[in-house]
Amino acid sequence: MTTQMFGAPVRRREDPRLVTGGGKFLDDLGRGALAAAFVRSPHAHAKVVDIDVTDALDVEGLVAIYTHEDLPGRVGEPLPLLIPHPTLTHGRTQHALARDEVNHVGEPVVMVVARDRYLAEDACARIRVDYEPLPPVVGIEAARTADLLVHDDVPGNIAAHMLQEVGDVEAAIAGAPHVLELDLAIERSACMPMEGKGVYARWDADRDELRIYSSTQTSTGVRAAVAAKLGMPLAKVECIAPDVGGGFGVKINHPWPEEVLVPWVAKTLGVEVKWVEDRREHFISSAHERGQLQQVRVGFDDDGRLLGLDVKFWHDNGAYTPYGIIVPIITSTQLLGPYKPGTYRCEFWSLYTNTVLVTPYRGAGRPQGCFAMERTMDAIADELGLDRAEVRSRNFIQPSEMPFDHGLLFQDGRPLKYDSGDFPASLDKLKALVGWDDFAEYRERAQVEGRKVGLGIGCYVEGTGVGPYEGGHIQIETSGRVNVSTGLTSQGQGHETAFAQVVAQELGVPIEDVFVTTGDTRRMPYAVGTFASRAAVMSGNAIALAARNVRAKALRIAADALEVSADDLEIVDGIIRVKGAPDTAMSLGTVSVMSNPLRYAFDEAAKAATQFAGSNDPDKPPVADDDEPGLEGRDFYSPTQATFANGMHAAIVETDPVTAEIRILRYCVIHDCGTMINPMIVEGQVHGGVAQGVGGALYERMVYDESGQLLNASFMDFLMPYASEIPHIETDHLETPSPLNPLGIKGAGEAGCIPVSAVIASAVSDAEGFAITSMPISPVELWELRQRHAAGEIPSLRDHAPYPSGGSAQPDDLTGPTTRKS
Amino acid sequence: MSEPVPEELLDVTVTVNDVPRHARVPARRLLSDFLRHDLGLTGTHVGCEHGVCGACTVLVDGAPVRACLMFAVSAQAHAVTTIEGLGTIDAMGPVQQAFTECHGLQCGFCTPGFVTTITAYLEENPDPTQDEAREAISGNLCRCTGYQNIVKSVLRAAEIKAAGS
Repeated sequence: MTTQMFGAPVRRREDPRLVTGGGKFLDDLGRGALAAAFVRSPHAHAKVVDIDVTDALDVEGLVAIYTHEDLPGRVGEPLPLLIPHPTLTHGRTQHALARDEVNHVGEPVVMVVARDRYLAEDACARIRVDYEPLPPVVGIEAARTADLLVHDDVPGNIAAHMLQEVGDVEAAIAGAPHVLELDLAIERSACMPMEGKGVYARWDADRDELRIYSSTQTSTGVRAAVAAKLGMPLAKVECIAPDVGGGFGVKINHPWPEEVLVPWVAKTLGVEVKWVEDRREHFISSAHERGQLQQVRVGFDDDGRLLGLDVKFWHDNGAYTPYGIIVPIITSTQLLGPYKPGTYRCEFWSLYTNTVLVTPYRGAGRPQGCFAMERTMDAIADELGLDRAEVRSRNFIQPSEMPFDHGLLFQDGRPLKYDSGDFPASLDKLKALVGWDDFAEYRERAQVEGRKVGLGIGCYVEGTGVGPYEGGHIQIETSGRVNVSTGLTSQGQGHETAFAQVVAQELGVPIEDVFVTTGDTRRMPYAVGTFASRAAVMSGNAIALAARNVRAKALRIAADALEVSADDLEIVDGIIRVKGAPDTAMSLGTVSVMSNPLRYAFDEAAKAATQFAGSNDPDKPPVADDDEPGLEGRDFYSPTQATFANGMHAAIVETDPVTAEIRILRYCVIHDCGTMINPMIVEGQVHGGVAQGVGGALYERMVYDESGQLLNASFMDFLMPYASEIPHIETDHLETPSPLNPLGIKGAGEAGCIPVSAVIASAVSDAEGFAITSMPISPVELWELRQRHAAGEIPSLRDHAPYPSGGSAQPDDLTGPTTRKS
Repeated sequence: MSEPVPEELLDVTVTVNDVPRHARVPARRLLSDFLRHDLGLTGTHVGCEHGVCGACTVLVDGAPVRACLMFAVSAQAHAVTTIEGLGTIDAMGPVQQAFTECHGLQCGFCTPGFVTTITAYLEENPDPTQDEAREAISGNLCRCTGYQNIVKSVLRAAEIKAAGS
C-alpha cells in the first residue's frame, strides 16, 4: 500500500539542498551582474533641493546614476496603492526615487549602477544631496496631535478613519454593572528575515523579454506591477521567486522601489542588474509594524460576561500606505478573539509619521488586538476577583454556536464568520499542560525562596486562508515524474514537502516522484501570494483539486485500455491496478504516454502512442473534442470566506526582585489549525512564531529619536533574540477540521506570535501585582514601573497575593540596571 | 574631472575545502564576498555584514570565523572550510544529516552558519547536554525556527557523530 502521506511528519524535501549550501537565494544568482546601490535620505522629513553627482563620475567601474528626473513616464510616478479602501481617504505612496520631498530616513533618492557593489557604494558616497530639513512627525502622539504634518495635503495626519459597530455599545455600557477603562500601547518591531529584500533582472535583447528574480512573497504581483510600470506586455515579463530567506510579511508589499528600478535599468541598458538589500537598508527602508495606542472601555456583568466593548486605537502607518489599512482592519476585527463581546464598537485612526512605512508583519495587527482583548480579560478578572481562565471561559463562543457571525467585515471584505473551533476544549488542554490549577502552590513555594513568579494566559482566533484564490497545476511525465506547480511563493514553510504530501496522497504516488515548483510565473501565472497564513489552505486545496482531476483522467484512460470500469481501479505507488486483481495494471507513466497521441516517437515508451502503433477508431479524432492531450490537471480554489484557526498560550515567568530581569520559565501552546498536512512543519511554525512573539514582548523595538533617526538600525542594537533568550516551547494540538475546504485545513503560519505579548504582559502583571499596559517591556522599564507602583502611582491588582517583604526592590538596592535598554 | 583610478588588485590564494583557490581581488574584498562572488561558493550567506548574525560563519583552520569580518587577503595561506566542504546531498555530514532529521531549518538562510559553528563545537564537545547545546548555538541568529529544533539537531548530530566514529 502507498504510505499514508497526508498528516505524516515527513522530512522536508528541500532540506538536503539547503543544508549542503545548495540553496539558490537571490544573491546567489546573477554572478557578474552589475550592482545597484542607493543614496538614501539621512533626514526624516526634508525638501530635496539639489543633487550633485560630479564627484561620483570619477569612480572606476561606474555605469550609471539616476535621480527622479531621469525616470520616464510611469516609472517616475508614485508606486501603486495596492489595496484601496473607502475609508483610506488620504492614501499616499512614494516615488521610486524621491521627487522633491523625503518622508523618512532611508527613502531612496539616487540610484547608482556599477561593476560591483563596492564600487557602487563608492559612487554613492561621492554624491552630494542638498536638503532643506523640515520638522518631522515622530511617534503616534505627535501624529495625533498634528501640530506638524507629514504630508501637507493630509489634514491631521489621518490616512484613514474607520468605525465598525455591532449593537448599541453606549446603551450596553451605560447599563452595565461594571465598567473599566484601559489605556494600552504597543511598540514597533519588524519582520527582520535573515535574508533582506533583493531583486535581479536581466534583459533578453534578442526577444525583448524581461526576467525578474525577486526575494518576494508574490512573484505574480511583482510581475504585474513591473509590466504596468514599464509599459510592457505581461507576456514579455516573467518573475521568479528563488529560495527566499524568510519573509514574515515584509516581502508581500510590492513593488518596492528597487523592484521597479532594477528591471527598468536592465531593460534600459540591456544588461543584468542586481540589488541586494544590506541590513541597515532593511531597517530603514523596508517596513515595520505593530505600533499602536489603544483605549478600551468595557462594560460587564457580575459574572464577568462582556456586555459592551468600545475600542479606539491610533495606528502608526509610517510615511506611506502602499499596503492600505489591512493591519488596522485586522486589529479591529481579530481583537475579538474567541469571545462574544455582547455589543462592539471599534474606531481607529491610521496616522502618518515620518518613519519607515508599516506593512504586515507576521500576525499583521492581531498581536495588538489580542493584547487589547486579553489585557481587558485580565482586568475584568481582577475587578471581580475571579480566576482569569474562568472569565475567559464564560465569554467563549461555544462549539454549538459555530458558525459564528460577528457581524463585521473582515480584511478580505467578507463577513467575519468563524467556521469552527472548540475553545472550551482548547482551554482545558492549556490548563492541563501548564498546570493552571497547581500554580498557586508553585507560587507559594517560590515566594518562600524569595522568588517572584507569575502565570499568564492569552487566547486568539486567527482568520487564515483569505482569498481571492490560488491555483494548482499537475503534469505527469511519461517517466512517472509528477510535476506540481502553484503560483504562491515559499519563504521556508516547506511547501515543496507539504504540497508533495497532498499530491502523493491524492494520486497514490511515491512522494519521491513528486516535484513542486512555487512562485514561478512561467509555470503558474495566476496566483496571489504567500501571506495571511494562507498557503496551505489556498494552494493545498487547489493542488488537491488538481490532483483529483488528474487522477480521474488517468483512471479513465487506464479503464479504457484495461477494458474495466474506472470505479474498479485504484492507484498504488504510481501503478493503476484493478482492485483485487493487482496483476491487471499499468503505470501512471504509461498512461501519460497514452494520453498524448504522438506522430514522433522520442523514446521506446513513446512508440506506444504513435499513429501506427495500435488500432484506432477512424471516426474519432485522436484527441476527443472535450479532452486535451497530456496527463495534466489544473484547478483553482477560491473560498467564500476565510477559515478561522485558534490557539491559547500560557507562560510562567520569573522576575528578578532586584534587577527586574524577566525570565520565561515555561511557555505552553495549544494550537488548532484544523487538519494538519505535516505536524512537524506546523510545530516548527509555532516555535518560530512564539520566538518572534518573545522578541516583540521582551526585546525588540524601533527606537526613533525626536528627529526621526532610527537609533538601533543594526543587529548590534536591535535585540533580536538568540537561542539564549527563547524558552523551550511545550505544545499540544487540537484538530478541529474546517468545514470550508476539501482538506479541512486552516492556516498555521502566523499563529505562534499572535498572543505572546498579551501572555507575557499577563504573566509579568501576575508576578508583580500591578497591571502591565505597554509592551514590549524591558528590565529597565519594569524597574521603573516598580518605583512608580511603590510610590502609589500605579494601583495594585486587587486579587493578588501580597509578596513577603523584601520582594520589591528599592532604588538603593542597586547600582543600576544591568540590561541594555534599546 | 580626474581620470578614474582602477583599484589595485592583489593575488590571494586560500585553501578552500582542501583545494587551493586563487583570485586577484582588491585589498578590501571581504572573505564572505571572495567566497561567494569570486569563487562562486554561494553556500556561505551574508545576513548582517557586521558580525552579529553568524550566517556567514566559516571555519578557518577549523575554528568558526565570521567571514564578513575578515578580509580575503587575511585568509591567505589559511585553510577555510565552508558549508560546501562539510558534505554533499548524497553524503551529508553528521550536522547536516541531523538538521534534516530534526527539522532544524525552515528558510535555510542562516543554516550554513549554524552547521559550521556546530561542526566546530562538536569537535571540542562531543557529548553536550541540552543546555550546553543551546549555549553553543547562541551566537547565531535564526528568525524562523525558534531554535528548539536546532538544539535538537546539535544533540542528534553528536549521536550520529559518535555512532560513526
